[in-house]
Amino acid sequence: MIKLNINNKDYELDIDPNMPLLWALRDVIGLVGTKYGCGVAQCGACVVHLNGEAVRSCVTKVSRAAGQSVVTIEGLSPNHDHPLQQAWLELDVSQCGYCQAGQIMSAAVLLKENKNPTDRDIELAMEGNICRCGTYLRIRKAIHLAAAIQNKD
Amino acid sequence: MGKAPVRKLAFQHPKFLIIAALAGLVIGLTANGLNYDKQIRKTATNRPDSIASVAAFGKVYKVLKSPRCMNCHPAGNIPLQGDDSHLHTMSPIRGKDGKGVYAMKCANCHQATNSPGVGTPPGNPNWALPPEDMKMVFQGKSARELALQIMDYKRNGHKNKAQLIAHARDTLVKAGWNMGDGRKPPPIAYKEFVAAWDEWINKGGYAPGK
Repeated sequence: MIKLNINNKDYELDIDPNMPLLWALRDVIGLVGTKYGCGVAQCGACVVHLNGEAVRSCVTKVSRAAGQSVVTIEGLSPNHDHPLQQAWLELDVSQCGYCQAGQIMSAAVLLKENKNPTDRDIELAMEGNICRCGTYLRIRKAIHLAAAIQNKD
Repeated sequence: MGKAPVRKLAFQHPKFLIIAALAGLVIGLTANGLNYDKQIRKTATNRPDSIASVAAFGKVYKVLKSPRCMNCHPAGNIPLQGDDSHLHTMSPIRGKDGKGVYAMKCANCHQATNSPGVGTPPGNPNWALPPEDMKMVFQGKSARELALQIMDYKRNGHKNKAQLIAHARDTLVKAGWNMGDGRKPPPIAYKEFVAAWDEWINKGGYAPGK
């Protein structure tokens, strides 16, 4: 049995410890906000937080997450009103939306560690998140806006 | 009543004492001789020998310059990748501690062990570049420059001789020979590398002329 804490809720799962965390989230628990993109840690669609770090759940085994704190896009904020979620809506960042959960989860780590990121900081933090629709400029703008919202709160 | 005759125990006989003393002397001398011989041999192994040391470094240098070692000792702040040592895709940067920044920390993709499949992230619990204040660059360094750098306490991560010897046994160094599918190992076997590394350092850590 593997014990996981996901979005502040405890789960006890009878699964292979080598199963990728992404599989456990989507197929076993049913949290499908986190997306499968490449499966080899190259695209960023599957980013979730493991003890506050933006890990790629497609290559992270559930055994690494056992007993640790996992946060997915569904648990980023209690009412889906994290400054990033507000900014994303305000600026209509998403096009197809497939990569956006991963984008937001990566950006959330940036804003936690840097309250006033520059364009360069945003580039450094977001290099690993690919968007085939090319929404990069809106993502950058939204992260600046989210930082402003966060600093006002 | 007459006194009962006192029976001497074997070790109380003068003959026995002489034989025991002689045996002790022989054993003592032999043991001392062996120790002395060991010391001589040890000293001979570790005696500074610039020719043997430089020759050993020749083997070490080939390994250090191989992609498996050099890719994480880049001249810039972005690690290298692949057998052709191209810049790491996604351009992750070193960060202060060498473990990346923000959402781009090494351990976010690099797990404790290799991920399965060709070209997937190789793994180790301590995956990192050298830190920002001690970059320990291998890329672009000549054999001489690299040997001098590694033997310089101020530029080698503050490692003394014993720590340098131990470093070759570090799991992250060993990982160079187990980097997952699709990556060539360094040009010589791990055991051969360790032997050359030890010989280079034990014989004086000499730098080649060039």
